[in-house]
Amino acid sequence: MSDLDRRKFLRLASIIGIAAAMPFSIARAADKPLVVGFVYVGARDDFGYNQAHAQAASIIRSMPNVTVVEEENVPETSAVQQAMEAMIRQDGAELIFATSFGYFDPHVLRVAQRYPAVRFAHCGGLWDASKHPENVGSFFGYIDEGQYLNGVVAGHMSKSKRLGFIAAKPVAQVLRNINAFTLGARSVDPEITTTVIFTGDWSLPVREAEAANGLIDQGCDVLTCHVDGPKVIVETAERRGVMSCGYHASQAALAPNGYLTGAEWNWETPYRAHVEAAQKGQAMNNFLRGGLAEGFVKTSDYGTNVSAAAREQADQIKAAMIAGEFTLFKGPLNDNKGNVVLAEGESLGQTDVALEQMDYLVEGVRGDI
Amino acid sequence: MPGLPTMLSIISSFALFVLFLALQGRPAFEAVRLVFEGAFGSSFAWENTLQRAAPLMLTALCVALPARAGLIIIGGEGALVLGGLAAATLPLWLTGLPPLATLIAMGLVAMLVGGIWIGLNGWLRQKRGLNETIGSLLLSYIAIALFNHLVEGPLRDPSSLNKPSTVGLDYPLMIGVISEDSFRVHWGLVAGIIACVMAWVLVRHSVKGFALDVVGGNVRAARMLGLPVNRLVIFTCVLGGAAAGLAGMYEVSAVQGSANASLIVGYGISGILVSFAARHNPLAIILCATLVGGIEASGSLLQRRLDLPDATTLILQGLLFTNLLAWEALVGRITGWRIALEEHANKVKNAEVQHG
Repeated sequence: MSDLDRRKFLRLASIIGIAAAMPFSIARAADKPLVVGFVYVGARDDFGYNQAHAQAASIIRSMPNVTVVEEENVPETSAVQQAMEAMIRQDGAELIFATSFGYFDPHVLRVAQRYPAVRFAHCGGLWDASKHPENVGSFFGYIDEGQYLNGVVAGHMSKSKRLGFIAAKPVAQVLRNINAFTLGARSVDPEITTTVIFTGDWSLPVREAEAANGLIDQGCDVLTCHVDGPKVIVETAERRGVMSCGYHASQAALAPNGYLTGAEWNWETPYRAHVEAAQKGQAMNNFLRGGLAEGFVKTSDYGTNVSAAAREQADQIKAAMIAGEFTLFKGPLNDNKGNVVLAEGESLGQTDVALEQMDYLVEGVRGDI
Repeated sequence: MPGLPTMLSIISSFALFVLFLALQGRPAFEAVRLVFEGAFGSSFAWENTLQRAAPLMLTALCVALPARAGLIIIGGEGALVLGGLAAATLPLWLTGLPPLATLIAMGLVAMLVGGIWIGLNGWLRQKRGLNETIGSLLLSYIAIALFNHLVEGPLRDPSSLNKPSTVGLDYPLMIGVISEDSFRVHWGLVAGIIACVMAWVLVRHSVKGFALDVVGGNVRAARMLGLPVNRLVIFTCVLGGAAAGLAGMYEVSAVQGSANASLIVGYGISGILVSFAARHNPLAIILCATLVGGIEASGSLLQRRLDLPDATTLILQGLLFTNLLAWEALVGRITGWRIALEEHANKVKNAEVQHG
């Protein structure tokens, strides 16, 4: 693996050297490989957020005429600015995927201003035409659709009617997932409740294990989560003999008995779109969003123990989501303090930015923000 | 020779690093070459290295200064995050001043908060008999919890949706780089170097520094001499904490633009390594921080060129630290043997003279 990459690099370096030496090759040659950089905030094999990105990056690596350089465990400090700049200056990267939310402001914005010829695709940021550079774009997926389906399957399979959700921080994106999961489960049986525990940070394996054990001790028999690496939670659930739904990437291999299904990213779709646009010299796609229908997210295969009724209903809803006939957040909807969030007849489509500012937990969630 | 253990440990750590990579079938010498290329091989590499070294100089002082008085303080992280938080929130209360005055006030308040936090460690040790190493570590956890609570709660900017942060600084309050064209490193580096030089003058060329060495060398002797031991110990803690707090202010005003969880990335922890590598000598801290910054900078190149995992540079740092401790112990023992041998030789010589 390493030798292959080195050889690839040497080949690339010589091509760049020759290209630089020849004044007539200033225009981008069609056969010149596009150098694409990936920056991850955690480890590439974390069974979670970063692994989902790295898996898609490895698909991009196999595309023709593309060279991929990667860097993992890059904190959201000036270190990420240095990492992106190093990719541009030392490797000649022309397209950089900054995959962590916190990379955007100020890091990506600053480096993008300095290198207007390089494209920066950021995962999660809200690109704003009025104040952000043209060579920056943001992409994200509506993974709450996957969490809703997780909820439907969990609702069918749960016997105790109590589900557990381990979440990192009470921020909008996380609340949207907790709410979607709960709505999915309660569409099966309105008696079901979800107990949520916030651990306080994106990657705290010890606290995640404690939270998982705590929820199981309280009687929750299906666990899911929104933390960077669901590995510990899924493993703990399996060891304690309860069921789990995955998140970010597939954790099926960790829990052959209890893994029901999972909400997974499919970053290959936006990655491919950005790479192809760069190769063809098309304008930067500044705002890219999608859910199941657009192929930005996908669901894990059902575990062997998932009942036929659960599969059938989940498949039906999934088909409706893909056909664009399903609305996730619609009235009447109350939060868990009894306030009306959406009145009868009101609804919010997936693209509605109000959903990205969510600051409540829906009825049926046990927990406080 | 005071620098001997450090030199020996650098050489032996790289030797072990080569061995470690070679055993795994990785291109070991290529990796070492890339470490130097990525750290010091070009002007960009130097910028990268020094940018990473800047906060480490300040957090290392938080270990080095109390160490002169015989304390092992490892809680610089807490002083850094609280200092950064204080600096980020000050402009919200203090409006209407010109940017430079606000920046100076931010620096001062960050140093004050950091100084109080580590000073508290010194006070607890002297007045309550609390072990300062454990105490500083626990206080650092408390500081981080307090920081998280404030940033995610009362001080949170409501518009920071998925990454809770304090309200962002206005543009004039952002500290830029030293030279936009030729030297893209922020001014925290200059602050770090000045702080190290000032600390060096303090510990090596002042009466107070001499008194500190007496306290650190033999606290009973210091008391017998009538030195104000408690005051001196707390004084070094306050100064060390102030340095770490200032590092937090630079992270906020030169890098992040607000206080958020990205301040908690282990600058305080790396500072411990730097200070021990420098044997708590403030001038040597500048060199050692550059070395550690360089190793971190080169990790980027190792990952991209050789596909090595990020942990590679952590292993190199770990080797450096353990080798340092090992050589420190060993060199001390070798000196002991040498003295014993010389004594023996002298005895033999004396005996010969008597017999002669």
